[in-house]
Amino acid sequence: MTLPPIITFRQVSKLYGHGEATIRALDHIDLSITAGEFVSIMGPSGSGKSTAMNIIGGLDVPTSGEYLFQGIPTSGFDRAQLTLLRRHMLGFVFQGFNLLARTSAVENVELPLVYRGMDHRERRSRAMIALEQVGLKGREGHTTQELSGGQQQRVAIARAIVTDPAVLLADEPTGNLDTRTSAEIMELITRLNRDNGITVIMVTHEEDIAAYGKRLLRFVDGHLASDHAQAKEHDHVL
Amino acid sequence: MFFETAKLAWRAISRNMLRSFLTVLGVVIGVAAVIAMVTVGNGTTAKVQAELSRLGTNTLFVRPGQWGPGRASSEAKRFNDKDVLAIQEQVAGLRAVAPVNRGTATVIAGGANHSSSVIGTNNDYLIAQDWDLSLGRSFLANEDRGSQAACIIGETVRKELFGAANPVGQNIRVSNVACPVVGVLAVKGQSGMGDDQDDTVIMPLKLHQRRIGGTTTISSIILSAQDGVATTKVQSDVESLLRERRRIAIGREDDFSVNDMSQIAAAMTGTTVLLTGLLGAVAAVSLLVGGIGIMNIMLVSVTERTREIGIRLAIGALERQVLTQFLVEAVMLSIFGGVSGIVAGLALAYGVVSFLGVPFVASPTIILLAFAFSAAIGMVFGYFPARRAAQLNPIEALRHE
Repeated sequence: MTLPPIITFRQVSKLYGHGEATIRALDHIDLSITAGEFVSIMGPSGSGKSTAMNIIGGLDVPTSGEYLFQGIPTSGFDRAQLTLLRRHMLGFVFQGFNLLARTSAVENVELPLVYRGMDHRERRSRAMIALEQVGLKGREGHTTQELSGGQQQRVAIARAIVTDPAVLLADEPTGNLDTRTSAEIMELITRLNRDNGITVIMVTHEEDIAAYGKRLLRFVDGHLASDHAQAKEHDHVL
Repeated sequence: MFFETAKLAWRAISRNMLRSFLTVLGVVIGVAAVIAMVTVGNGTTAKVQAELSRLGTNTLFVRPGQWGPGRASSEAKRFNDKDVLAIQEQVAGLRAVAPVNRGTATVIAGGANHSSSVIGTNNDYLIAQDWDLSLGRSFLANEDRGSQAACIIGETVRKELFGAANPVGQNIRVSNVACPVVGVLAVKGQSGMGDDQDDTVIMPLKLHQRRIGGTTTISSIILSAQDGVATTKVQSDVESLLRERRRIAIGREDDFSVNDMSQIAAAMTGTTVLLTGLLGAVAAVSLLVGGIGIMNIMLVSVTERTREIGIRLAIGALERQVLTQFLVEAVMLSIFGGVSGIVAGLALAYGVVSFLGVPFVASPTIILLAFAFSAAIGMVFGYFPARRAAQLNPIEALRHE
């Protein structure tokens, strides 16, 4: 492989606070993730996993060290450049879905395309394709309140993939869902990784959800405690 | 993209219709008040100007002191008989020269009495002011000299004192001066200022000076130029003559004024301009208050929608795009207020104007100005909340409950 890894951390540290009260959320982390991987990140709260996700997502910047995206250092990026990185390369899925209230599913999915300045018709057709991919064809007109939790998360996934991102960042995507719905969402994410080649990085605190990933990172106290490949040992629970 | 932003803004506004309405109420009231007052003011001015121009543009008014808004005329020296004579003899192109003293007196005839304006002048006054006689005659030479009393009365005075009877030849008492009625003026009706022009008694100047005014001076002179004679020429001739007679040194300002109707109209409009300025100040204050209301609600809105802003920022909205969204919302709100204010103001003005009986003159300038001003209010007072929204930290915004 001559291509650089899609995500690279070089001695990344993140400090919060000052003086005595300084918290070292990440402590000299080295990490690299290759395009097409499905990485699960686990760790107790305060271990630094969320900080790592925020830095990968361009929502936060390291205190020291270097974060490279597709081999390009991001340390000189200003707010607008980080926004453009998110807009063009990354898709986000959150624990709390974070859909716009009182807005239809298709309009939620269209939102990232609106900020790209895409015209209405192309936006609509792309959003419909994304909704079909997540199995919500026919529900595009429903507003957020009219959808179940699982359906809302599907809309959120459609919104994340509608821009054809290189990386899908999922922060506790099943945290608000029951077991059965969680499995469905994980099947969907697995399929997107396998069929569309989207790199998936997912934070979770549930072992069986983490097991969907092909590689597992464990954070403890700002350090990377373990990093190993894993085979998906369970076929789905349906 | 703009259409998209406008749609979003409209959605945010219409979602909270009552709140949006209350937010812009300040702007609505401010704009409505200004529009209503200016429109009514314009109507009144238009009516006054129409009246003034009907009197003709070849009439000149000579008064002591500088005349106009904010100028006192009471200290300047009044005119005398010799000034009038000099104008009659030395200024060419005049059709009428009428010295005028005014006063108010109680007029009695038989058992009836009535308070009326009493003017001391000569027959030229009837020419200069375009009066016709419906009965009787004008003053004779001996009456004009003051050796014989005579009065010409207006229609209102006639009605009050004599009812339907013919007053010519009857005696009236004007402030204890016995005076036979020699003529009755034809009806003119209300003036532009709203007073009754027919409520008047005209008597020779000498009689008025001696028995009503107790003076030998003259307070003003009305001139009428002949047709085809330029009033500006007459005006400058009269000015140089009076400067000479009143011994005003070269370089000193006149202590009298000679104005034609258009100048008087302009002076009145000047008063209106002053009023409009004052009105503008009141409007500015009320719009400022309205603007603060908009800013307040926009700040609340930004706080309420912190999470939404976080989502937008996370999925790729630039600061500029979020700023624009909230700015457009604020401007839309204030324009909404401005337009409602314009409509309400015009409606109010229409009602008042119909009541006062003056023409409805909507000024496109002031309407456009009100519109632009309300948009600017939204821009100025929406900027701070919009910037606050745009600069939110997306991580914290997403955590916001």
